[in-house]
Amino acid sequence: MKGEVYRVAGPVVTAINMPAKMYDLVFVGEDHLMGEVIRIEGEKVVIQVYEDTTGVKPGEPVENTGNPLMIELGPGLLRQIYDGIQRPLPVLSKKMGDFIKRGVMEPGLDRYTKWHFVPLAKPGDEVKSGDKIGYVQETKFNKTYILVPPGVQGKVKEIRECEANVEEVVCTLESGLELKMMQKWAVRFPRPFEEKLMPDIPLITGQRIFDFLFPVAKGGTAAIPGPFGSGKTVSQHQLAKWSDADIVVYVGCGERGNEMTEVLEEFPKLKDPRTGAPLMERTVLIANTSNMPVAAREASVYTGITIAEYFRDMGYAVALMADSTSRWAEAMREISSRLEEMPGEEGYPAYLSARLSAFYERAGRVKTLAGDEGSISVIGAVSPPGGDFSEPVTQNTLRIVKVFWALDAKLAARRHFPAINWLTSYSLYSSYLDDWFRKNVSEDWVDLRLETTALLQKEAELEEIVQLVGSDSLPPSEQITLFTGRLIREIFLQQNAYHDVDSFCPLKNQYLLLKTILWVDAACRETLKKGVNVRRIVEIRSVEELARARFETEFEKAVEIAKNAIVKELEGLTKEVRR
Amino acid sequence: MSLVGYRTIEGIAGPLVFVRKTHPVAYGELVKIETANGEVKRGQVLDTSREIVVVQVFEGTSGLDRRSTVTFLGETLKIPVSDEVLGRIFSGSGDPIDGGPPIMRKERWDITGSAINPYARDSPREFIQTGISTIDGTNTLVRGQKLPIFSGSGLPHNDIALQIARQAKVRKEGEEFGVVFAAMGITNEEAKYFIKDFERTGALARSVVFLNLADDPAIERLITPRIALTTAEYLAFEKNMHMLVILTDMTNYAESLREIGAAREEVPGRRGYPGYMYTDLATIYERAGRIKGRTGSITQIPILTMPGDDKTHPIPDLTGYITEGQIFVSRELHRKGIYPPIDILPSLSRLMNQGIGAGSTREDHRALSNQLYALYAEGRDLRGLVAIVGEEALSDRDRKVLEFADAFEQQFVAQGKYEDRPIEKTLEIGWELLSMVPASYLTRVDKKYIEKYYKGKKE
Repeated sequence: MKGEVYRVAGPVVTAINMPAKMYDLVFVGEDHLMGEVIRIEGEKVVIQVYEDTTGVKPGEPVENTGNPLMIELGPGLLRQIYDGIQRPLPVLSKKMGDFIKRGVMEPGLDRYTKWHFVPLAKPGDEVKSGDKIGYVQETKFNKTYILVPPGVQGKVKEIRECEANVEEVVCTLESGLELKMMQKWAVRFPRPFEEKLMPDIPLITGQRIFDFLFPVAKGGTAAIPGPFGSGKTVSQHQLAKWSDADIVVYVGCGERGNEMTEVLEEFPKLKDPRTGAPLMERTVLIANTSNMPVAAREASVYTGITIAEYFRDMGYAVALMADSTSRWAEAMREISSRLEEMPGEEGYPAYLSARLSAFYERAGRVKTLAGDEGSISVIGAVSPPGGDFSEPVTQNTLRIVKVFWALDAKLAARRHFPAINWLTSYSLYSSYLDDWFRKNVSEDWVDLRLETTALLQKEAELEEIVQLVGSDSLPPSEQITLFTGRLIREIFLQQNAYHDVDSFCPLKNQYLLLKTILWVDAACRETLKKGVNVRRIVEIRSVEELARARFETEFEKAVEIAKNAIVKELEGLTKEVRR
Repeated sequence: MSLVGYRTIEGIAGPLVFVRKTHPVAYGELVKIETANGEVKRGQVLDTSREIVVVQVFEGTSGLDRRSTVTFLGETLKIPVSDEVLGRIFSGSGDPIDGGPPIMRKERWDITGSAINPYARDSPREFIQTGISTIDGTNTLVRGQKLPIFSGSGLPHNDIALQIARQAKVRKEGEEFGVVFAAMGITNEEAKYFIKDFERTGALARSVVFLNLADDPAIERLITPRIALTTAEYLAFEKNMHMLVILTDMTNYAESLREIGAAREEVPGRRGYPGYMYTDLATIYERAGRIKGRTGSITQIPILTMPGDDKTHPIPDLTGYITEGQIFVSRELHRKGIYPPIDILPSLSRLMNQGIGAGSTREDHRALSNQLYALYAEGRDLRGLVAIVGEEALSDRDRKVLEFADAFEQQFVAQGKYEDRPIEKTLEIGWELLSMVPASYLTRVDKKYIEKYYKGKKE
């Protein structure tokens, strides 16, 4: 189906004389630029083009493939870095040099690699959509299962262990249907599953403020909004690094090129705390940086979530980080304004909210078609203009997601990192996850959390008074509350992402650290009762030992040493009084 | 191909010209427009279709009428690239204005540039010593970074930019930077100030200057930074030079972008700026960087004046989301007579960690910087408190921290315009300041550094 270019205005091209369906994939112009049909008006077909349209003229040919934008799923996704429309960036750099040129189509999966296919089904087995017929040991710890594509079923006629590339047949059904390791899927359509399950297992991140105060569930959704410089990207990187997901899909959507380079350099060197394998082995990167074509940026989050769904269907826990969903929304706005659509709030299209919720709904913990349990947790960064959370993208996101990690510029300016505001953030999963924490970490985990949040709330109220009258005029017990609040903030909530040890804090260490801080609180109050001046108590220096314990590999021992030092110092103060 | 001149102008609106019934014209094609009395202007195609072609005119549309002749040149906007441009001064659209000969070169590059493949990027990690403590010590610049200066009108951002251009060096190699200086809508006086300084310090010989002054056409400002960056890319990636690109003032650039948007009757985003301003600014800022296997690099220092000193204004806001940090020039410090009035609290260098530490600057650099930040931030908070409750109500700790904050501004922040502080000196001042407070306050520093560098009473 061929037509011709009628009009070009930036990334939006209008074609005529071409039959088309919505979201058909088309190739525009002599250079074969990839695009997608986004509107049909009488004879005119409006296309958003994924590449720069400079040089395209009216009259140039447009070719309609008749299919929607599809990506390739199969072995070879892990460790790869793609642009927004699944073109592998290493291959592009080999083919067109250091800069991204136009009109190069490159398949998402490598055709040359021979994978060792191990069958799980045998001849005679009845298989249906989503069943695992075999696997490929793609990396040391990751099996990529080969699934029966949705919509296919039948009896296996032939299947055997073999070396094959993604396009070779590995299994034949009685019906004569041949199954390959690769399958294709249209990115804008969610992949099917059996049913959604309750999110009652936490995604453990090793970040104290996340795990302890505002946990996200496996299959949950979270948003990290924050002004620039408040640490969105560092938080996203930390989550990508340390989350206990089987697979991580990281979508760099309209962000900085150097940040993707950082991931590319760092991830192969970092070890997964559970397997010891390089983190890159479980990671798929999608990089559509801010200066890459805006339409491909719009597509990039769909490419990312489709890859995530594919691994979920194998029964894996997948975590998807989208940095930043605001850039995605802006891409929608840009395309929408070129279409001269009637804008909603702040120029964003009226369907912004619908698109955002449809995207986040693709997260979830599910029973797969094969009956396994898989999940996708989605963590979206939001970049509100001027750090103002009342803007449309933040607001529409908050209506959908269940966890809100509010980044705070004031905390960042004070170098309190992660700069998550502990008063405004929330997690609606806490109550689902309580049982898990009680069972797997400690019975009093939940009580500790409640005690901590109450204490922090109290501290915030007292701080307001201190701002007016100074801390001396507070009663001694409240001065101790202030002191403990400071300990929680500085020792527990702050975490150094760049410190080898502190970067990842296991749950049991989180528990011990907080428990110790509350023990210090109690010890201080005890000392106060013995008549020691509160000023002396809140200036004890041995608590610094506890702060330093976070950086020690032998954490428990370091905490023990700190505790002894604190006991000694407080006893010293008491003795002085007795004298 | 013979070029056809059209006299079919349908309408003229602001910087835009609408032309009817042409041959198929390419999107982004370069356009020449000749008025009846022979004046020639240049423009670029913004929208093309069978019926009508929209052209944005760089030099403005004054003097154009419907009888003017429009010629489509069949190519996109390109500039000749060569290392002969070093030491030369050009207009905002790339014509020599220093009386020297035009650059005649076969090799011509498209000024739009292409995105660097993220896979081909090499991460910036070489420490650039600017000799300014607040940058080197606490907001380190590295090669290939884009670090803007957020300033306000009447603040000495130009002096800071000049001082960086003068002093910047990567120490190990003793290499010097080539400088590309692109001015957009700055005053004649400011431009003179820059060029004089370049001449006096001998920096001009390794600089290329592009000037679009306040009285030059506003639309030309949209191409000036692109021409400058194309030149820088050539020198960096073909000629292996380390380029420092100073773009000033990005606020004027954004104003021109808004003007075009308004003329096209586009749906505006915040404060009337076009919705695609983020993407547009990114196509400029993202041209900084290093590429694997190539020696050269592009480091960008864009300067922008925040309207009303408002950090949340769309221009600084969108810039901050793209660039790798920002250097914040503070009116408060300026009023106190401190030069350079860089406020470290809202300042940030995202790539700092890659450029510092053992083997590059010093092992304790990161920790020292964190500690200075934390104490200074605490001190600044306390100043607010003092204003309310008076010094009497402060605790002993509070008083010491307050003293520290004052000393920090006087000794660490303040320095001379021509004072080129080596990093060791900067770190030394940092430790001297930390030594004013008891070691127990230093919660962000490992014990071993305290033992090694702390000079106060250790007890």
